[in-house]
Amino acid sequence: MSQTRRQQLAVRFREFLPADSVIDQPTSLAAYECDGLSAYREQPLLVLLPQDTAQVQQIMRLCHEQRLPVVGRGAGTSLSGGALPHAEGVVLSLAKMNRILQVDELSRSAVVEPGVRNLAISEAVQSKGLYYAPDPSSQIACSIGGNVAENAGGVHCLKYGLTLHNILALKVVGADGELFEIDQRCLHIDGYDLMPLLVGSEGMLGIVVEVTVKLLPIPRCARVVMGVFDSVEAAGDSVAAIIAEGIIPAGVEMMDNPAIRAAEDFVHANYPVEAEAILICELDGTEEEVVAQIDLVEQVLNKGGAVETRLAKDEAERLLFWSGRKAAFPAVGRISPDYYCIDGTIPRKALAAVLTGVRELSEQFGLPVANVFHAGDGNLHPLILYDANNEGELEKTEALGSKILQLCIHHGGTITGEHGVGVEKIGEMCIQFSDSERNQFHALRECFDPLKILNPGKAIPTLARCAEHNAMHVHDGKLPFPELERF
Amino acid sequence: MTDILDVSIEDELSTQIRAVAANGGEIEIIGGGSKRFYGEAIEALPIDVSGHSGIIDYDPAELVITLRAGCKLKEVEALLAQNRQMFGFEPPCFGEDATIGGMVATGLAGPRRAWAGSIRDFVLGVKLLDGRGQVLQFGGRVIKNVAGFDVSRLMVGALGTLGIILEVSIRVIPVSETELTIGYEHASADEHIRWINGLGCEPFPITASLWHDGRSQLRLSGSEQGVSQAASQLGGDATETDWRQVKEQRLEFFDTELPLSRISLPPASPDMLALDSQLIEWGGARRWCRGEIDVDALRERVAGAGGNLCAYRRHADGVPMFHPLPAAMLKLQRNIKSSFDPAAIFNPGRIYPGL
Repeated sequence: MSQTRRQQLAVRFREFLPADSVIDQPTSLAAYECDGLSAYREQPLLVLLPQDTAQVQQIMRLCHEQRLPVVGRGAGTSLSGGALPHAEGVVLSLAKMNRILQVDELSRSAVVEPGVRNLAISEAVQSKGLYYAPDPSSQIACSIGGNVAENAGGVHCLKYGLTLHNILALKVVGADGELFEIDQRCLHIDGYDLMPLLVGSEGMLGIVVEVTVKLLPIPRCARVVMGVFDSVEAAGDSVAAIIAEGIIPAGVEMMDNPAIRAAEDFVHANYPVEAEAILICELDGTEEEVVAQIDLVEQVLNKGGAVETRLAKDEAERLLFWSGRKAAFPAVGRISPDYYCIDGTIPRKALAAVLTGVRELSEQFGLPVANVFHAGDGNLHPLILYDANNEGELEKTEALGSKILQLCIHHGGTITGEHGVGVEKIGEMCIQFSDSERNQFHALRECFDPLKILNPGKAIPTLARCAEHNAMHVHDGKLPFPELERF
Repeated sequence: MTDILDVSIEDELSTQIRAVAANGGEIEIIGGGSKRFYGEAIEALPIDVSGHSGIIDYDPAELVITLRAGCKLKEVEALLAQNRQMFGFEPPCFGEDATIGGMVATGLAGPRRAWAGSIRDFVLGVKLLDGRGQVLQFGGRVIKNVAGFDVSRLMVGALGTLGIILEVSIRVIPVSETELTIGYEHASADEHIRWINGLGCEPFPITASLWHDGRSQLRLSGSEQGVSQAASQLGGDATETDWRQVKEQRLEFFDTELPLSRISLPPASPDMLALDSQLIEWGGARRWCRGEIDVDALRERVAGAGGNLCAYRRHADGVPMFHPLPAAMLKLQRNIKSSFDPAAIFNPGRIYPGL
């Protein structure tokens, strides 16, 4: 695409956008070349930063007229390349639309613009005793608009749900620039429920310009217990046993031995480095409830073969228990030049079989794997350790990653629990879905965007794309946002 | 827990659909028939899909049950109860023969909905037959799944207009250790609405609410300790309420020859009816209204407040049951319908004209 075309378009957009809302200089465009999946880079024609809904509508009308691809972008923290620019299109950044418009205590909701950071919502309502529950690991940086696009999860999904479960209304600018609303504050709507289509649509069905989120009362008390196991199977069975007691923990996380060792070396959380697996189980609620339940959980862990249980005695120790888990990704980054993160989800009962399968594949490919696991909801994050400087090792890693995802599908799971498909897992979409299922996805997309200008080439592969297999890889342990937690 | 399944029904249905589509015919999908009143009446060839039943997978520790759509809701509820689990949305049965497919297709939920979530929130995956007779599967049996558009949840409340639901995976929740209902005198609807919404900023274990005839009732569910502590904080008087009657709409309020309307509003919205014949659930979000009303006029006011009105039962002929959509939204939804069912054979016009 020629520089002339770029300049011509910049002039058109400057007719209704302030000069500093249209970025056309290659040096400034460079900042938008990639998102959290930095292996993929592309320079867009322009980056546009509208300040309000009317400007988003004008942008979309012009893009529609010009048939320009539009890639929506929040904070750019996607781990799957959802915000990777299109070489012949524009990046529509919602970063300037970052106001909290309204907080309504009585209906426990807040109306926010898409560029508001996830954590900023909770911070703004904390004084009223409320918070916004979904907590993806990048929550200090990621935007609510991006969370909606990706249906972001976090460590508390089992009890509090995904983004979908915590959104009450959306205002969306469609591909043709028309505004439409999905308002479910009244808890029941007639006609089709488009909310689940929009949430998690990876920017392919519209540009979200306003979000009404549900707020919850902050739990009065949170406590953590750690179970130490000499087998991952026993740890996995204990998660099932906790749930069989009728307890829904706020979070249950599992780490295997390589992950425990890496984390302990890094943050000294006093983890048992000889253990085959640890479980970290958090309970929240009222003081009385938590005290009763934590006692029960300890009994279940002991009965389930835990060689030891440790109850965090105070808030400092609770945070210490969590620190190792939350540092697992960077900790693995320290012991290996590169690592590759998988995001498969499996029915919990398949855990032992899948971990055994992963171990066998790891040996077969000659690449070590450390496992961290959102055990409550079956979301597995195997981290493949490799060195991109060794010829062919990246390709081998990607092949192993693909095998692991296929194993997840085989056991009734899915290729992505929370990171999204983006460009990263577009190849595996061909395995998980049949031609007719993928055709249905394309048909739905065309209902919203007949010209296919919204985030083309992402999430739903065409037949032609089905041969491609790509993956997240991290060089020298460096992610584009090294300061963010990754778990 | 797995039943032996007979897949031939699936093939038979697929063949039947292809034939109907090829001949320009139309089908009314029938399960147990318990919720047939819900939606516009249609004249089409009835196809009974209730024989397509069987439990495909249920392991209580996974908190997920996978069922064929013809399974009887009552039997599934009993099975879950044996394992101290339940559907969090407390779906009404309205009859012995209610099926899981009908439950999902109507999307009707009961008293717990405002606190636990809707059917849509709990559906994890579906297998369906589309209007081309193709078997399609979306979602899965896991709680976290962001691969592809979330088509499975789109089926909830679509009243069978997008396809025949064959199987569905649904998340379940544990039954609470204990339950307690407390009552209060609140003379007006507004008094109730202000009171219950004012409780929302505190983490009380509320799982149902009801206001009718000057009296509020509040159900608390959870651990013994949690419930008793909340009850002592909340005051009120202990009362006996059969919430199953509420869920099944068998309270005296519903036993009427008068038109019944269902008004959905953001929960804290002030009362706009000032009628005695109101019953309010879901923390104020669902307001039943008994008696003659000017449907069009009230629809306009309710929509202005962010809600909708369903002409639920016994309204005059010609009154559309569901709240009309803006023209652009109706067009979008018709396109969605066509993408699943290009020949418009499934339940045509059940929701809106062309839907």
